[in-house]
Formats: sequence, structure tokens, C-alpha cells
Amino acid sequence: MIYDFLLKLTGSEIAAGFIQSLLPLFVFILPFALIAVLLERKVSAHMQDRLGPMRVGYHGIFQTVADILKLMQKEDIVTDNSDKALFNIAPVLVFTGSYAAFAAIPFSGAFIGSNIDLGLFFIVAVSGLVVAGILMAGWASNNKYTLLGAMRSAAQVISYEIPTILVIITIVMITGTLNLYTLSELQTGHFWNWMIFGGPSTGLIKVAFIPFMIIGFVIIYISTLAEVNRTPFDIPEAESELVSGYHTEYSGMKFAMFFLAEYANMFAVSAIVAAVFFGGYQSPFGYLGNSLGISWFIPIEQFFWFTFKGIFFVLVQMWLRWTLPRLRVDQLMALCWKYLIPIAFVNLLIVGLITVF
Amino acid sequence: MREYFNNIWLGLTTVFIGMNVTFKHLFKPAVTIQYPDVKLLLPERERNRLYVNMDDCIGCDQCARACPVSCISIETVKSLPTDDLGKTSNGKKKALWLTKFDIDIAKCCYCQLCVFPCPTECIYMTDVFEFSEYKRENLLYSFVTLTPDEIAEKKNNFEKAEAEKSAQKAAAAAKKAEGQAAPKENKPSAEKPEDKKE
Repeated sequence: MIYDFLLKLTGSEIAAGFIQSLLPLFVFILPFALIAVLLERKVSAHMQDRLGPMRVGYHGIFQTVADILKLMQKEDIVTDNSDKALFNIAPVLVFTGSYAAFAAIPFSGAFIGSNIDLGLFFIVAVSGLVVAGILMAGWASNNKYTLLGAMRSAAQVISYEIPTILVIITIVMITGTLNLYTLSELQTGHFWNWMIFGGPSTGLIKVAFIPFMIIGFVIIYISTLAEVNRTPFDIPEAESELVSGYHTEYSGMKFAMFFLAEYANMFAVSAIVAAVFFGGYQSPFGYLGNSLGISWFIPIEQFFWFTFKGIFFVLVQMWLRWTLPRLRVDQLMALCWKYLIPIAFVNLLIVGLITVF
Repeated sequence: MREYFNNIWLGLTTVFIGMNVTFKHLFKPAVTIQYPDVKLLLPERERNRLYVNMDDCIGCDQCARACPVSCISIETVKSLPTDDLGKTSNGKKKALWLTKFDIDIAKCCYCQLCVFPCPTECIYMTDVFEFSEYKRENLLYSFVTLTPDEIAEKKNNFEKAEAEKSAQKAAAAAKKAEGQAAPKENKPSAEKPEDKKE
């Protein structure tokens, strides 16, 4: 575990804990956000037969660095009639909400922020904090568009948490654990041990699980997509209707915080989907470290596989974003309450019956 | 009930159809032209910034008169018989010093009407279209090839020549007046009725 290593290195529990809690941010989220923003622009551009940023560095690879520099230099504008205290807390709260989720995400066998037994539950609960932050931002800005965006966002995120949780319960019924580390360890071995292929169970039951696992995966993918306010569920920040939703009035680094939180959230939900259905940090075909006899290499491989899976799902999110048009509010609610929730319930029931046998 | 499952089926399949379309476009070559580096070939007869080839200009003022917005202003000075101004490329002899040839490109409406009357084809449209400026004064293009000193010299020369000429004329007129005093006196009286008409 990385905490023990840091403890040995620094000799102080506080320093070790502090460094460990900052590691995902500086090692992972910031570089990820830098790459993901560029990737988003490049992917969107090429999907529309454009080129995207081309002028900063080779094919614009330093575009996001330039953007960050620009954002840092920008004036921090606070409107006169806004609620100053809430206005300033909101971006911090949104980022805290999305960053806190990373505490329980297992990046590799040796690097999990906090190996708590209620990992999945903690992530679901703490990402609810984001809604409070968004609503706060929308209200404090004292602007019609931001308030509309925030209201939509709250309605959407709360509704879509239900199918997410129902699917997670389905998984928990099979595995009997909410701990993401144990959940990932259960799916070790080869890819046929992943939950999407029936998990560690054997025989007929494993085969019987597969269609319901796929249904569960589709539901959780759709609902997490809605939870992070990405297209086609981006009605809270619909550019063409609401300027840019709840962060219309923000500028400079506060805006960057929202942006960072959005991309951190994108990865967080992708990581949950990967951890729950696609074996988390487990390699699909055994480890190079095992066959070569270098055990210290395994966590690095696991880290690679985890990021690979996470970024793959982020890419699919982008792919969907540039494919599908935005849903209307009534369509959004219909999709959640009429389709996802009933199907998730039936799925839960059937999986429960299968586990009984 | 049937509609319900049909909706699910349609929703899922159409998403995949759409994703297939965007995925195909991901590998299509982009249509973007990297503008300042790569420029699109303009049509053959495009009308952009005017240019005047001063070597060929004979100062006939026809372009200035053709201009509907009067953005061309030309001033010329007659050359002395001793001056050699050379010939234009199509063989016309130049007889005027151009002391001013200004085109206010901010006024120009790119109608190309100035191009056609030019007898030596020295004013024409180029393919340059990027000439924005921060100040409007910078858009007043001067095509004169003579330096201000030269212009002053030419004007001076011309005035001197004029003065000489008028002096000669006056002298000649005086001579004539002396010789034919009688018929000249009639003229002013003959012009008088015409003035009244006006």
C-alpha cells in the first residue's frame, strides 16, 4: 500500500496522509483534465471533419496549457447583486464533491486512497454534494439562466441517482461487498471473471447472469452520463438555451474549478463503471509482472489498466456527446422514470432470484 | 406495452447507428484549411486591392473620372520638352509628371470600373485581400514614385516654363498688338452681347 510506503518515507502519519490525499489530484486529475480537454476538442473536431486546435505546439498539444495560463490570468469577476459568500463557496464545494469520490476509487492494488468497506456507498453519497454546489452556484449568481440550469441539474442528478443505485445494489447482491478493493479483487484472473461476464460465479449461473449484467451496464452507463451532465443529458448547461447554465457568471479560476470538477466527475463515473463491471484495475489477460517474476511491476500494470479502462469510457462519453442531440426536459424525465428505473427494478429482481439458486 | 419495448429497441439501435456515423467521420480527412498558412486559390477574376504600375501610368486621369466613389485623386504636371519620361510598355509616350496618385482604399468599393478605361492597363485588381489597418489614414495609398523634392522641382520647372511661355506670349502679343492695333479693338465689343445672354 502506498500509505505504508509514505509513512516509512516521511515518518509522520500526518504528512503521509496529506501527501496521499493530494496524490490523485496532482498525479492524476490535473494531467487527466489537461489531456481530456484537449482530447475532447480533438475528438469532436475530427468527428465533424475539422482539425481542432492546431497552433500551440505540434497539432495543438499544448492548447490546454495555454488555456490554463489564460484562465489563471483572468480577472475574478463577482457580480454586484450576487450572494458573495455562496458564490465563492460553490466552486469549491463542487470540486470537493467530485474529488472526494476519488478517495475510495482503487487506482491499483497498491494505491487506493481509503480502503473503506462502504466504498461504493461513499462515492454515491459524496457525489450528491456536487448537486448542492451546483444549486448554490446557480442561486448565488442571481441570474435567471444560472438558476434554471441549477434547478434542471438538481432535478436531473437526483432522478438519475436512483437507477445508478439500483444497478449498484444488483452488483452488491452478487458480490456481497461495497468495498471497491474487494470488488476488484473478486474479478481477478482473466476478463471472463469480470462482472459483465457474470463475475466469479461458475457454471450455468454465470451464463444466466450475463444478459442481466449487460442490461445493468447499459443502465448505469446512461444514468451516470446524466449524473455528470454530459450530452445528451446536458440540459443544465445547454449552451443554446441557458448561455452555459450554472457557471455563466463565473470567470477565471472559479470557472476553471467547475471545469476541472466536470472532467474529474467524468473520470470518476467511468472509473466506477469500470470497477463495478469491468474488473476495476484487473488486467484482462494476466500480468506481465507474474510471468516475469517481478512482483513490484504488478501495481504499475494495474494502474495502467485502470486508467486505460477509465479513459476508454471517457472516450465513449465524448463519442456519445458528439453523436446525440440534447434531450428535452420531459424526455429526460421520461427516460429515467419510465424506462431506466422500471428496467433496473426488474433487473434487480431477476438477478436476486438467480443469486438465490 | 409493445410500443414501450419498441421504444427501447429503437432508442438503443438508433444510438448505435449514430455512433457508427460519427466513428466513420473520425477517420475522414478534415476539410479545414489552415488559413494563414494555406490559402484557398481565389477565382481568376477576383476583385481585391487595387494596384497601380506607375511605370506605365501616363496620368490620363481616366480612372479617377470613372471611379463612382472618387477614391482616386491624381495631380499631374506637364513635362518640359527636354525631359525624357520614357515610354509605357505598350509604346505610348509619357508626357506628364505624376505629382500625386492617391487611392483611398477605405473608400474603394471594388467595382473595377477604374480598370477598364486605363489605356495602358496599368491599374488593376490584385489578389491581396489582407490589408486591414488600425488607422484609417493608413489606408490612403500613395503610388507616386517621385520624391517630394522631385515633385517640387518638377512643379518649379513647369512654373518657370509657363512663366517663360507667358512672357514669350506676352511679348508676341505685344508685337502683334503693335502690328494689328485696329482689328483687335473690335473684339471686346463683339463679345459683349454674349455676356448679356448668360
